[in-house]
Amino acid sequence: MEITVPATIENVEKVTGFVNTELDKLGCPSKAKAEIDIAIDELFSNIANYAYNPEIGKATVKFEVQNNPQAVVITFMDNGKPFDPLLREDPNIKLAAEDRDIGGLGIFMVKKTMDSVEYEYKDSHNILKIKKHL
Amino acid sequence: MTINTNKEGEKLTIIPEGRIDTVTAPEFSKAIDDNIEGVKELVIDFEKLEYISSAGLRILLTTQKTMSKLGTMKIIHVSDVIMDVFNITGFVDILTIE
Repeated sequence: MEITVPATIENVEKVTGFVNTELDKLGCPSKAKAEIDIAIDELFSNIANYAYNPEIGKATVKFEVQNNPQAVVITFMDNGKPFDPLLREDPNIKLAAEDRDIGGLGIFMVKKTMDSVEYEYKDSHNILKIKKHL
Repeated sequence: MTINTNKEGEKLTIIPEGRIDTVTAPEFSKAIDDNIEGVKELVIDFEKLEYISSAGLRILLTTQKTMSKLGTMKIIHVSDVIMDVFNITGFVDILTIE
């Protein structure tokens, strides 16, 4: 099951809706669903902001289910500029509010809440795959 | 998303409903900016919030920095899902959560 849409911020909600429909069919617990929705927001907005900017390209989001143990695998693909968000240094989460910089917090949350996050650049495509056990 | 605001004198309560994500974060930010003048006590009620992504955390951080100078800010009715986000990101240490 997959969806291909223009990689714009507005389409974050379309992609979230597509994935949530599939998660609901699986009876996904609400906490896992919220974590997955947050991951979609972080990753798809990254593509919207960086992959093609200033042009608008397309992004494909693929949804797969694995069994024993049950897990969902969501793959984000675009053919924009090569960009590996996992290379970003983890933010220092111990700093006081005054010294805090928000950069990198989104991808950090994705790494902490998903069971695996993998990036690969292949055939001119950024391919980012997240896996979450249900 | 829907955002309810309630201003009584120097106290402002903001109740966002739905999700604070990349798409809706500007609305949340605007609701605070439009009402923050003269406020010394800010309460953000997350009872009806499903989740918050880093776009929303950015606003909470900016607002916390502002309110540290002007008065107080607290976040109430935080669900387990959102508490996890605050724990993972260390925001639990920089926000006042009740």
